Amino acid sequence: MSNHNTIEQLDESARSLLESYKDKELTLRDRLAIPIQEMPSQHPTVRASNMEEVALGYTKAQVQVEALRCIQCVNAPCVKGCPVGIDIPKFIKEAAEGDFASSIATIKESSMLPAVCGRVCPQEAQCQLTCTVGKSLKSVDKAVNIGRIERFVADWESSTNSRKTPEIAPPTGRKVGVVGSGPASMTAAADLRRAGHTVVMFEALHKAGGVLVYGIPEFRLPKAIVEEELSALETMGVTIERNFLVGRTARIQDLMEHEGYEALFIGSGAGLPRFLGIDGENLVGVFSANEYLTRSNLMKAYDKMKAGTPLYTSKHVAVFGGGNVAMDAARTALRLGAKRVTVVYRRTEVEMPARREEIAHAKEEGIEFMFLHTPSRIIGDEKGRVTHIELITCVLGDADESGRRSPVEIPNSETLYEYDTVIVAIGNASNPLIEKTTEHLKVNRRGNIIVDEESCATSIEGVYAGGDIVLGAATVILAMGQGRKAAKAMNAYLEKKK
Amino acid sequence: MFTILEKQRLSAEVFRMEIEAPRIAKARKAGQFIILQQGGDYAERVPLTIADADEQRGSITLVFQAVGETTHHLATLEVGDAIENVLGPLGQPTTIKQYGKVVCVGGGIGVAPMHPIAQALKRAGNELKIIIGARNKELVILEKEMRALSDDVIVVTDDGSYGRKALVTEPLKELSEVWKPDLVVAIGPPIMMKFCALTTKEYEIPTVVSLNTIMIDGTGMCGGCRVQVGGETKFACVDGPEFDGHEVDWDNLLMRLGTYKPQEDEAHHRCHIGLDLKEGEA
Repeated sequence: MSNHNTIEQLDESARSLLESYKDKELTLRDRLAIPIQEMPSQHPTVRASNMEEVALGYTKAQVQVEALRCIQCVNAPCVKGCPVGIDIPKFIKEAAEGDFASSIATIKESSMLPAVCGRVCPQEAQCQLTCTVGKSLKSVDKAVNIGRIERFVADWESSTNSRKTPEIAPPTGRKVGVVGSGPASMTAAADLRRAGHTVVMFEALHKAGGVLVYGIPEFRLPKAIVEEELSALETMGVTIERNFLVGRTARIQDLMEHEGYEALFIGSGAGLPRFLGIDGENLVGVFSANEYLTRSNLMKAYDKMKAGTPLYTSKHVAVFGGGNVAMDAARTALRLGAKRVTVVYRRTEVEMPARREEIAHAKEEGIEFMFLHTPSRIIGDEKGRVTHIELITCVLGDADESGRRSPVEIPNSETLYEYDTVIVAIGNASNPLIEKTTEHLKVNRRGNIIVDEESCATSIEGVYAGGDIVLGAATVILAMGQGRKAAKAMNAYLEKKK
Repeated sequence: MFTILEKQRLSAEVFRMEIEAPRIAKARKAGQFIILQQGGDYAERVPLTIADADEQRGSITLVFQAVGETTHHLATLEVGDAIENVLGPLGQPTTIKQYGKVVCVGGGIGVAPMHPIAQALKRAGNELKIIIGARNKELVILEKEMRALSDDVIVVTDDGSYGRKALVTEPLKELSEVWKPDLVVAIGPPIMMKFCALTTKEYEIPTVVSLNTIMIDGTGMCGGCRVQVGGETKFACVDGPEFDGHEVDWDNLLMRLGTYKPQEDEAHHRCHIGLDLKEGEA
């Protein structure tokens, strides 16, 4: 890619811009004219064969320039677009002034994981969607890059060791449990611990962090960031019990009735991969995105010399789906040595639920896209290994209940394509284990736990739930928001219960 | 940490280990399994069936054959050493009730997970006949323990070095014809279970098998363990590990088990040429 700007080049132009704004009172017009700061990234051909983070983060000059683009509009639609209601204009203003300590403090009043959310939030569908700057410039792509500024100040806090352990209230003598260790659970655990309770977090895997560790690849979210958040929790006094599957190692009732837990938060995630139910789906070489990504991320199988967990050797990989997980799987396959990787999606690019930045990065890296196609069959050889996929061509029909135009299959359009590996990334259903092992826990027909919207309380007294087990496969920030809501309600519940 | 309390070498390649795991010992039921991971970033997760448990002592017993890198490394651990990660009990327990006459078939190290099931079935008032199969005399395990549960224990070896020279399906066929059992439980190598199921199908005897598939998390998250049972896709980790042997698509199962054969052969070669493996890198 010839037009790739290096971080040095981007920094250089940001510096000179900043110099030109010095001692100048910027008008609204001036601000709207400030060039959008591009996210520095690893060169596409270099990053296609390594696992390191693709987006390198703004430089100090860049973050200040980007923050100056914010016009500090009074109605601040961005705050309404943020699921946890971060005071966005305030933290941006502080960043523009170079006061990063105040900026991160402002974010942390509402969000616990800014280094994570700055990287993985779908900002263009949330805070940046309604940004006045973007509206004025007639494109959501021209909105203030709120997420990139958030990421910068969060990384600044970590790299300058400015992180402060939050104040912990005196011990209450109450014991609470948190099931799972992903974003919802991490947030709930922090807020419960801050109230002075003894907090034990239960994680089934040998590493904590949930989807942030097993699902999202290193090149999009470095695991060191998640580890830092987890060790911050441990510094606060949260106990993390790994190798503990609630529902099997002990049930909810066992914990509440026999082990002294007075309240529990269930944040066990949406961990049951969906398949298409088409012929050939159990052939050798067909993987759920969960399996493919877990092998690579959690088990570090990408490090072929050191890892005990093997990876399937692939030349031509087809990924079914159009969300972030599909992008992660496709880009992982490329990094693991596939010659050609194709994302097969039944709608068009406009309807793709993946973050715009991930789609753009995937394209830069050479991932192919086949829009308006849907798989109908997977074909294998005599050893049961995948050799071909059969796709049906679609056209866009009327809008469905999600508001997106739904694909309509064209009869007799089945065509065979040569692929040796298939990754199914069409979403996750909820894992039924806790529901099946917990009496009186109410779930909806999709198996998601039913909670009170305000308190996240379940049908069992003292048991709360949040994140994907409630929402279905959603986002990190929504999970975090629910963890926070639930913790607040749990703290109040314990206070009242006394 | 899960400390090794006892270690015993049952044959050249087969080991029995008793491991401190009080929670699993308390919660487990016959037929369930664990997944272990030997620490660090790189060690793989391996499912192993629980062969026994002692709730008082807070321990579980595992029996394994050193076949891959992980099990070879496990075999080098001694009493007092610890395994960093053990998750369990996983999977559905065996349905234990009074069936009447039950034949238990254990092949190779499959005899180990069969033992607690046979014990539970006996306790539930079933009349048992037990078939133990192995490649040779060396590899016959737990014969004494099984004899304590049934007066009728048939031992067969592939090479005839002990007991009858036969495959387990021979006595199974005879018993099916003459004794007419109400249930057959078969645990062992997949190919053995496949042929046990084929044998009993002829006589329409319900047959339960326990599948040891490829797995990572063991909680239903990855779907690597999926098997076709009665035309439906099931996850061995959460729906199993036990299934109706007559409904399992054995050819698909055997193919899926071979997914990583090329990589495994290479890894096996690596561990045998004595590559300097450090802790956590096995």
